[in-house]
Amino acid sequence: MTAAPDDCLARNEWICGAYLSSRRGILLDAVVQHLQLTSLAVLIGLAVAVPLAVLARRWGWAAGPVLALTTILYTIPSLAMFSLLLPLYGLSATLVVAGLVLYSLTLLVRNLLAGLRAVPEETRQAARGLGYGPIRLLLTVELPLALPAAMAGLRIATVSAVSLVTVGAIVGYGGLGNLVYAGMNTYFKAQVLTASVLCVLIAIAADLLLLGVQRLITPWTRAARA
Amino acid sequence: MSTLTATWDWLADPAHWSGDNGVWHRLLQHLLLTVVCLVLSCLLALPVALVLGHLGRGGALAVNISNAGRAVPTFAVLVLLLLTPVGNWGEGPTVVALVLFAVPPLLTNAYVGMRGVDRGVVQAARGMGMTGRQLMFHVELPLSLPLLMNGVRIAAVQLVATATIAALAGGGGLGRIITAGFNLASTPQVVAGALLVAVFALLVEGGFEIAERLGPAWARGGR
Repeated sequence: MTAAPDDCLARNEWICGAYLSSRRGILLDAVVQHLQLTSLAVLIGLAVAVPLAVLARRWGWAAGPVLALTTILYTIPSLAMFSLLLPLYGLSATLVVAGLVLYSLTLLVRNLLAGLRAVPEETRQAARGLGYGPIRLLLTVELPLALPAAMAGLRIATVSAVSLVTVGAIVGYGGLGNLVYAGMNTYFKAQVLTASVLCVLIAIAADLLLLGVQRLITPWTRAARA
Repeated sequence: MSTLTATWDWLADPAHWSGDNGVWHRLLQHLLLTVVCLVLSCLLALPVALVLGHLGRGGALAVNISNAGRAVPTFAVLVLLLLTPVGNWGEGPTVVALVLFAVPPLLTNAYVGMRGVDRGVVQAARGMGMTGRQLMFHVELPLSLPLLMNGVRIAAVQLVATATIAALAGGGGLGRIITAGFNLASTPQVVAGALLVAVFALLVEGGFEIAERLGPAWARGGR
């Protein structure tokens, strides 16, 4: 029997420093793909959600259908969502992004709408009394006041997207999920654990980052709480 | 659309519905996994949430566990469990993962519901000489039922979704039709499986919606 190198890789241990150093490139690529897919999906989701929420707020009748549609989208399990998009996008990164956009829409629209609805009528009337037109009212009064709720939705949507990207491994674009998938097929414990932990770390980092942004852009909420 | 007709043909073929890999068997597996795990997670989470909510302790834990649950990828947990000794245990990883992901919404909603009961009502009940146990079962529990049931509904939908992903890690259920479709490079089968899963999930959500509307007025959520 030839003497196999007796390191943690050969012993297939869960925690393995040698894995980190020898597969640094692969890990980095997976992290970059993970971040790209997540941020692209959330940004597109935000770009679609803001007009949807504003329209639903403006025309009361639109709110019901918009909320119902996003709830239906959110109920569909992620694996099924990606699979339903397969005929449209094929095995591509676009498919994963499109699926994630549909999920983040629900959370973003719901929170944005709740935020817009929570703007006190008196505030609206005061702004109108000061001569604000509808667009200026929306941009300088309603949207800023809806920011805390919107940011809460954005944080939930981002954290969910980070974890859902892993399911994209089914079409080969799952960021760290690809490593988990490959590690599962080869019983590579260190790879599965490392990729999973990195994924959670990304989610936490993104959440903290957005929390910081939220504090920066809504200083008045801090003053009210103190 | 050729994919649509091909998907329809796949669904219309009776051979795809029978047998161990057939739709009926997978549907039964999916339903069984969802129901068993929902009951298990309710048994685990609800007593803890009710007691914590009644005592007003551990609120930070009960509320934050939902956020933490969202950050942990289901798929990664399934694979991690598969590689541990639990993995030798048939559907073990699936059941454990399903319960793990169903507990947070149950815990959070039941706790928030218990704490949301009007303090005036609680004090009135205490003033009438109710014991802690009576207060919990006759006042707080009924009043927190709408939120508690909302938690059960979120958990059920979550369970259906997680059971689908379990197919990626070799678990049973409707997701297997999708993964088998990917392995066969058969887009119609993938889409057909996805449609079945989506319809199943929407039926579960719809079932809760109907139950909520038919339920007594005091048990209805103010959603």
